[in-house]
Amino acid sequence: MKTRKNKKTEDLLEKLEPKISDNLLTLKGVGKHYGSIIALRGVDMVVDPGKVTCVLGDNGAGKSTLIKIIAGLHQHDEGEFSLHGSAIKLKSPRVALDAGIAAVYQDLAVVPLMPIWRNFFLGSELTTGVGLFKKLDVQKMKDITKQELSDMGIDLRDVEQPIGQLSGGERQCVAIARAVYFGAKVLILDEPTAALGVKQSGVVLRYILQARDRGLGVIFITHNPHHAYPVGDSFLLLKRGRSIGYYSKSEITVEELTAQMAGGAELAELAHELEQLGGHDEELAEAEAGANSQATA
Amino acid sequence: MSSITASPSQKRKSPALDERVGKKSALSILLGRPEIGALVGAIALFVFFAVVAPVFLAPASLATVLYGASTIGIMAVGVSLLMIGGEFDLSTGVAVISSALSASMISWYFGLNVWVGIALALVVSLLIGFINGIILIKTKLPSFIVTLASFLMLTGLNLGLTRAIGGSVSSPSIADIEGFQSAKAVFASSVNIAGIDVKITVFIWIAMVIIASWILLRTKIGNWIFAVGGDEKAARAVGVPVVRTKIGLFMAVGFCGWVLGMHNLFAFDSVQSGEGIGNEFLYIIAAVIGGCLLTGGYGSAIGGAIGAFIFGMANKGIVYAEWNPDWFKFFLGLMLLLATVVNIVVKKRAESSK
Repeated sequence: MKTRKNKKTEDLLEKLEPKISDNLLTLKGVGKHYGSIIALRGVDMVVDPGKVTCVLGDNGAGKSTLIKIIAGLHQHDEGEFSLHGSAIKLKSPRVALDAGIAAVYQDLAVVPLMPIWRNFFLGSELTTGVGLFKKLDVQKMKDITKQELSDMGIDLRDVEQPIGQLSGGERQCVAIARAVYFGAKVLILDEPTAALGVKQSGVVLRYILQARDRGLGVIFITHNPHHAYPVGDSFLLLKRGRSIGYYSKSEITVEELTAQMAGGAELAELAHELEQLGGHDEELAEAEAGANSQATA
Repeated sequence: MSSITASPSQKRKSPALDERVGKKSALSILLGRPEIGALVGAIALFVFFAVVAPVFLAPASLATVLYGASTIGIMAVGVSLLMIGGEFDLSTGVAVISSALSASMISWYFGLNVWVGIALALVVSLLIGFINGIILIKTKLPSFIVTLASFLMLTGLNLGLTRAIGGSVSSPSIADIEGFQSAKAVFASSVNIAGIDVKITVFIWIAMVIIASWILLRTKIGNWIFAVGGDEKAARAVGVPVVRTKIGLFMAVGFCGWVLGMHNLFAFDSVQSGEGIGNEFLYIIAAVIGGCLLTGGYGSAIGGAIGAFIFGMANKGIVYAEWNPDWFKFFLGLMLLLATVVNIVVKKRAESSK
């Protein structure tokens, strides 16, 4: 089973090999350890423009470590990370941003007390004037924020309000719009739908496709295969810091994806366990009923 | 990016009024400002003292109040910015004295022009700020601990070095050294306005508040200050230079300490090496009363100035009202408490969705 999977990964990589320079971003055997703890080992992955690569895994599977490496927050210890075909080690998020890699985090990377437009341009502010009199171009930033958000289909009341007043979905969308505006080529989305309701999740998934259609390579991290499958073009499955499979969409169904992710055997075990629990309940009820009837008799 | 520059027609549409945005009244805009609580408090306090002590309204009294406010306010400018940036500094009170001592001891010991001492004191002050900042960044300790340590160390250095070099607890007089008069004119003179002597520190203070407000609201650095105080991780993730911003803030506090230190020195001609202890709290109180959140990310330079003005009014007003000044600290504590409660309400308002 295991060898077959690895072979599949190799095949996929081989398929992609000839046009390697077209790949936006390639990971080969990337690993990371914190002291003696191995957080990630041997991960292969390819991101192409206009495609959505989903990274799936349960909690603690190494998803966060992986994106932190790609976003420049951490550096990988082993393997090769290449951008446009040349090996690279990103020293900081700033370097990653300059290389066109933007991350939208689970905890959103927005400053709640600051107005939307200030958040939108944070770290990349527009200015006018020179030298000591260089100042923020406030009106232009406000206009662009409003315009960019409405282009993404986000209709906000007032860009002057603190971003903390927006809903989780809206904040995600502002963060995505910001990354798109600042010319990101690779967009990393860390569990954008994790804290959202069904409808809000749908909204965010739509923005993922919008970003893809604008030619971005999207890396979508999630633990929900039902969110990943409809938007994804390829799927990387992580478990306990290792890659347990890398599939393109044609190779896998959503059911297989779910089973793979949870680990088929484990899922069956869980179903069995739940069944047992149910049965146990009935037995309890029966026992109780028996005891009652005895008491009345 | 291209969609913006290439779509002037759309762009014209965007500033159009949104029907969901109710016309904001001037009042509601005002209520959204961080310093509003302090402003209301300042007006109330002003009216109160004007009623109980009519002499309070005399121009000469106001000049005295403003002077008292300025000696707190100059430091409160830096301390407010630092607090918005999410940190605070307990070493400011003694760092002011360190700066004054550096200037006077260097000039006196080496027999140099006073201005050389002043320039080197600026280096010392900026260095103190830089060291505070770099230790904070490297150790990741809370600023409370880092600056408490530097507060204690500077207190010891002020006393120890002054005695070791000058042989006394106060620095020797530098009144006869070259450059003293011109330095006094810059840092500790009075300006006569319509027959009233107003201390120059008042104007320095106002200028510093204006510059700080400009930096905070209209420059990149201001945006970064709010961001590192509001959410450091988020700021780092979008590429804000968090380390440089924080160290810069500590150095700005050092600069303010230098300005005030020079005033303290040239208002007389020597400095008591044991002074300054406890003043750090006055600067922090001014910033907090002025609406700066202790947790960072919210506040204004104007707020710190209003806080300092409240302090000046309460400090001198009690004297004009001929009350026992023993009560002053009690009022200060009460105001601090009230201001903090108002701040919490303001923050909740800003964070919650309507």
